[in-house]
Formats: sequence, structure tokens, C-alpha cells
Amino acid sequence: MNETTTSSLDESRELITFRMSDQEFCVDIMAVREIRGWTQTTPLPQSPQYVMGVINLRGAVLPVVDLSRRLGLGPTEPKARHVIIVVNIGTRLVGLLVDGVSDILTVTDESVQPTPQVACDVVDSFVKGIVTLEGRMISWILLDEILPEPKEAAA
Amino acid sequence: MDPLESVKITFFQECDEHLATLEGDLLAMEESAGDREAIDAVFRAVHSIKGGAGAFGLEALVSFAHVFETALDHMREGRLAVTHEAVQIMLRANDILADHVEAAKSGADADAAAAAAMMAELNALSPGEGGEAGGDDALDAGGTAPDELGFVPLKMDIADIGGDDTASDPAADDADWVVTFAPHARLYATANDALILLRELTRLGESDVSLDASALPGLDEIDPEGAYLSWTVRLLASCTEDDIREVFDFVDGDCTLTLERATGDGQGAGGSGDAADELPPADELGFRPVQIAIGEDDAITSPVAESDATPASAEPAASAAPQAASPPPTAKPAASPAASATIRVDLDRVDKLIDLVGELVINQAMLAQRVSETVIANDSNVSMGLDELEQLTREIQDSVMAIRAQPVRIVFQRMSRVARECASATGKQVRLVTEGEGTEVDKTVIERLSEPITHMLRNAVDHGLESPERRAEVGKPAEGVVRLSARHQSGRIVIDVADDGGGINRERVFNSAVEKGLVSADATLTDDEIDNLIMMPGFSTAQEVSNISGRGVGMDVVKRSIQELGGRLSISSEPGVGTTFSLSLPLTLAVLDGMVVSAGGQTLVAPLTSIVETLQPKADAVRRIGPNRTVLAVRGAHVPLVDVGVAMGWRTEPLPATEGVAILVDSEVHGEAALLVDGIQGQRQVVIKSLEANYQHVDCIAAATILGDGRVALIIDVESTIGSNLRGATPAEAKELLAAAG
Repeated sequence: MNETTTSSLDESRELITFRMSDQEFCVDIMAVREIRGWTQTTPLPQSPQYVMGVINLRGAVLPVVDLSRRLGLGPTEPKARHVIIVVNIGTRLVGLLVDGVSDILTVTDESVQPTPQVACDVVDSFVKGIVTLEGRMISWILLDEILPEPKEAAA
Repeated sequence: MDPLESVKITFFQECDEHLATLEGDLLAMEESAGDREAIDAVFRAVHSIKGGAGAFGLEALVSFAHVFETALDHMREGRLAVTHEAVQIMLRANDILADHVEAAKSGADADAAAAAAMMAELNALSPGEGGEAGGDDALDAGGTAPDELGFVPLKMDIADIGGDDTASDPAADDADWVVTFAPHARLYATANDALILLRELTRLGESDVSLDASALPGLDEIDPEGAYLSWTVRLLASCTEDDIREVFDFVDGDCTLTLERATGDGQGAGGSGDAADELPPADELGFRPVQIAIGEDDAITSPVAESDATPASAEPAASAAPQAASPPPTAKPAASPAASATIRVDLDRVDKLIDLVGELVINQAMLAQRVSETVIANDSNVSMGLDELEQLTREIQDSVMAIRAQPVRIVFQRMSRVARECASATGKQVRLVTEGEGTEVDKTVIERLSEPITHMLRNAVDHGLESPERRAEVGKPAEGVVRLSARHQSGRIVIDVADDGGGINRERVFNSAVEKGLVSADATLTDDEIDNLIMMPGFSTAQEVSNISGRGVGMDVVKRSIQELGGRLSISSEPGVGTTFSLSLPLTLAVLDGMVVSAGGQTLVAPLTSIVETLQPKADAVRRIGPNRTVLAVRGAHVPLVDVGVAMGWRTEPLPATEGVAILVDSEVHGEAALLVDGIQGQRQVVIKSLEANYQHVDCIAAATILGDGRVALIIDVESTIGSNLRGATPAEAKELLAAAG
């Protein structure tokens, strides 16, 4: 079973896209566990502002990151229409707060371009590549460093 | 190879269990002054370890276990007296055996020198003389060369069986006993080996073994795990029936065993004749497969481990080489109904179940809350159903938690080694008495108990007990007694470590505390207060730091580690009579009794164990100190008042103290302090959820939980909440605050 999925992945990937501040972003669908509506979070003390707090995901405590704020695009005022994309980052589950999911794309590796050098830390840290499709430019988000470094939270 | 690996894991699990009981059994053996049952229990444990180790070719382990077993065997036979000295050697042998098992588990080499020294000691124990010395030595020699133990004797014995069969008649005349032995399939399924039993039997005297393979069906009908062979042994020995029965002690009920006195030639010859009569038809089926099996034995279980192997190869292996065949059945508990009393379950599965039940509890609470918010609540049927659901959920939770509950015996058993080592290092004589070993507590607690108890025990031996000379002076027996006891008390487990030593020397403790600047010289302290100085950070009364309890870890660390678990440590001491350290812990670390409070618009949980009292601050009890700090006067003392909402960063301006509720807490590092919250919502048991699992450690927060409304509530880490408040203060302020805390 694994073999078949891997071989098809080599040729094409499915990406979930969403919009924030007039920009399009996407994450690999393989990293997405579920998408759920906005729930009030419990704020955490001594945490960066982009960490909105934690919610109860069927018994597990799930941190929620305001993705827009994390990417330096300004804080989100969460409302009922916002959604939380639950993603796997390593062994952890993390919720990403976004405006809403637009669609699911199937792209081949050829349509993924390296991130342009724009001398911006945020882009360097969080954009894995650029997907160009039908004239759209979609930033593929690298999830690894979405959560704060442990020392950052302690400061 | 996977199946073999999993069997090996089972073997090591069993080894751990055997080792865990061995120590206690050895001590029981000494106490009961050589009670047969006790010796047998020890022998069985060592024997099982040896047997399993042989199957996996763990040579060092086998040879050591064999020497150990031989010494035990002498003891069993009454050739070696069960003396204190002998048991002491065996206790140390047990420690080395444990080291060997550890080494085998990690694939490393055990300390060969220590093993060799111990083997020499054990051998020295064994009486060298005796009629059977020759036979024993020969077998021992075979046994100590580990390679041979496993398989080479197998070849020889089968050859013997075949050989003796042809030359059976001469021996039959003098036979004293005729033993027929027909193993059932269960015998092999429980990892016993007919070969070993036969070998044990032949050790009793000159013997003649013949095989009866008449029951062996055709290859197409053979059940690879069945038992078809039986043996007739004519034994030329002046042994009693009990001696023979004892050989089959372990397999009692798993085989058909008949014992007859061979009175004359007729019966012996008749028996042999019967066997011979039935042999011819079985000849092809019986002996050729056996020979095939021998050929395959060197390649051990490969055909057997794969259960789909053809009957042709599986059957001979199962019957003629039961040792090889036995591991697969252990992996299938269904084969042995007697084993169904307990089952071995992966801890992950239990933990998963506990997680799920935790969610069920939360869900049930959410459901109840939602229903109560709607009109349906008036429907008595619905509310009755909900009540029943709640009842059931609680019961399920309790039952599931009970699965993980384990007796503290596991920890207590390790303590006799600690006491022993500590006693010999300090030159004191110590007897460790344990009580209430059956007291059960959650596995999460068990795992964390060992360290504090070890330390308290070392402390009791090193500092609590007087030297033998001193004890003689005051008229106490030279041997000091340390009592380790466990009991349940109001939903908690209480563990006492009590010594019958001299009690706490309060004068010395006080002087030492003054010297270290922990208290002022003119302070008047009650006896209890002085006793508790021992647990202050940076306190140690030992004249010189000994390597026993003075490993840089003081009682303050023990107290802190116990408090981290939501426990408390208390001392009571009576001069000349002894000191008792009493530690009380929750029964589980998966749930916590908490006070649900609100602060800064958020709901939080404060662990009940650290709460001393709650009070409504009066305006005149709240005093400002420095530019922005507040202390609260509680019965004459002034304690720092920490606004929880501010400490968490949820508001910048502290609540006017008189509008909130102050929770007086006891913090180990910072002393007493008061946490100011907006209000108290109630008290309840909450399921502890880790924040680190998906996020990371957060300052001031111990963990999280989920409340009835489905929201996450954070559990306050009292220690770091007060600490962060003090850190935020200027050094001068912090000093003032600490001074105020007294």
C-alpha cells in the first residue's frame, strides 16, 4: 500500500490552498489531519503572540498558531468563519488558524519552483517553494518551524 | 527472525519477573530456615532463567545460572545447610545473575571476573564428597560448557535411548524402579523438556531408557504441536518414590506418570518385551524422524518457528526436540488454558485505553452540562439516564485505572539490596522489615517511588541507626531494624520508613542550621520545626559527607521530588526511640484533585495538595511593599501575594486584593505564599493532559486538563508561578519578600 502511494507522490502531490491577506498559501495534504471550525482557545502564559492558545481536540491538548501573524501578515480576529487546519509537525499535532480553505490542487514536481531570494527572514524560514499554476503564485509553507523554539517561549 | 525475537522479548520479561521474586524468595528461604517450598521456589526461578537462556544460546548466563542452580540443588537435597552465610552469598549471586540478564538483554558482556569469583564461591558451597559426585561432575561439566548444555546432550541422549533399547535386557534384571513417562502436549506448551526430565531421572542412578513411539501417527495426521512419544525408564537406584516424583515436580499434571517397583526379571523383561513388540511398526516412523530432527537441531528452530512448516519436519522437532518446539507455544497463550488467569498486555494498549476512558469522562461531563442547559433537563428519564451514564463512566474509569495498579512489592523488593549494601558500607547491622507490600498504586507512581524510598532508606541506615557499639551502650540489640511499610489512607498511599535509632539530635540540627544561616541563632523553634529543618535546601548534618546518603542529594531534594508528584513528606522523631519519615502520595499521576479557580477571565486548576487554605483578604491584611509588591498578613506572618492573572500575563493591573480570593499555598523553594484569584468555582478531580505532547513546557503551568464544557483549563505550577513573581522583582524586593515569607 505504501509503495503505491509513494510512487504516485513522486509524480504528483495534492496540496490544500488557502488565502491570507491577498496571498495564496498551501500545505501538503499528507500533513493535514483534519480541518475544523474555530473554537475559543485557552491562552497560554508567557507565549509568543502568534500562539493563540490551546484547544481540546478530542481529549488531546492542541496548540493553535495564528498563521497570518506567524508569517508577519498581521493578527487575525478569529470569527466563526475561520478554520483551524490540524497538521502533523513531526510527532506533534498543531492547529493553524487561517481565513478559510479555498481548494485542493494536484500538482506535479515540475510546477514547484524554488523560493525566490527576496531577503526576507519570514520567507526564508517558512516558504518551501512556489507553486505556479494558471497564473497563480502559491507559497508552499514549510511547517517545521511554525512552533516557537522552546527558549523563545520561556523568555 | 521475527517470531524468535518476540519469544526472546517474552523470555526477558519473564526473567525480570523471576529476578523480582528471587530476592524475596531467598530471604524467605532463610527466614523459614530451609523450608522446602521456599527453596523450590528459588530453584524454579533460577532454573527457568537457565532453561530459557539455553534456548537462546546465552552462554555466559547459562553457565552462571547453572552453577547457581547446582548450589541450590545441594541445598534442596539437604547436602548444604541453609545458613545465613550461604544465603548472603546467594543474595549476591542473585545480584550478579541480574547483571547477567541485563547484559544479555543489551547484548553486552557481563562482568566476567565478578561472575567467575561468584561461581567459585558457589562451587565452594557445594559439598565435594558424596557417592553421586562422579555422575554429577560429569553432568556439571557438560552443563558448564554452555554449548553442550543446549544441544549436544540432546544428541547423545537420543543416541542413548536408541542404544539402550537394543541392549536393554541385561540392565532390566537389576532394575529397582520402572517409570513410564508419557508427556502431554501441555508439557511442551509450558516450555518443559522431556529430555531434561529424563536426564534428571538418569542422575538418580544407573538407568535404561526406552522409547515407545507406538502412538506416533502417520505423517499426514500428525499435529505438529502434539505429543506422541512416551518413555519407559528402568532405574537401578536405591531412591525413594518421592525422589522420582520430584523430578517430575514441574510437570505434575502435564504428563502421565506411573511408578512401579520392579520386583523381578519377569516384570522388567515383560515391560521391555511390550515395548519391543510395538516397536517394529513404529520403527520407520519413530526413529528415522528422530534422526532427521537431530540433523536439524543445529539449525535450531527455523522449521519450527515458521508454523507453516511441513509436518514432516515439524513433528520430529516437536517430539524429539521439545526444547526447540516449546518457544512457539508460549507465544500462543490459547494453547495453555491454565495460563489464562493472567495475561500479558502491552503497556501501550493499556495507556491507550486509559486515554480513551479519560475522553469518555470528559465527554460525559460535557453531555451532562449541555443537557442541563436545555429544557430536556426537566425530563426525568433523560436525567436518570445521564446519572446512570455518569455512574458507569466512573466505574469504567476506576476499573481501567485498576489495570495499571501494581503492588508496591516491586519497589520494596529492590530495597533489601539497598539496605544490604548500605549496611555493609557503614558497618552497621540492619534488618529490613517490610509491611503492606500488597498495597497497590498506579504504575505511574510506582515508577517514581523507587528513588525517594532508596534515599530515605539510605538516610535511615546511615543517619538514623546508631553504630553497633552505641546501640550496645544504650541496651539495644546490635542489629538495627528499619521498617518499610505501605498502606492506603484516605485515597492516598502512605509509605513509612521507620528506624529504631537514636532519633533526631535536635540540638545538632539546630546548631547546624544556625551555622548555615538557615535560621537565626535566637529563634525559638518547636521540636517539629527543628525536625523539618532537615528538609531545608542546603542542609546536611552528617559530620562528614559519606558516600551512602551524602551523594550530593539532601532530604530537600527528596521532598521536592515527592512534591512534584503531588505528595507530602513528614517526619516524626523521638529521641532514643527512632525516626519515622512518612511520605504520602496520590494513588495515580493520571488524575489530580484540584480547585477550579478563575483568574484574568480564564479558568485554571490549582493542585489541591499544595493548597493550605483559602481566605478572603481583609483590607487591613493587605500591605504594599516596595513600589509594586503586596504581602498578605496571615496570622501574624506576612506572605507574598501573587496575582495569578498578572503572573500569567493575562492582565497588567492586579486585582484589588479585597475583591478576590487568596489561596494560601505551600511552596518548597519559596515557602508559603498567597495566590490571588478572582474566584473559586469548585473542587474536582481532573484528568491530567500533557502540554508537552503537542507543544512544549510553559512557565507557570504544570499541565492542562479538559473541563466539563470541553474547554482546556491549565493547571497552575505553584512553584514556578511564585518563582516567576519573585524573579520579576528586583533583588532587594525579592529579599524582602523572602524575609517576609519567613
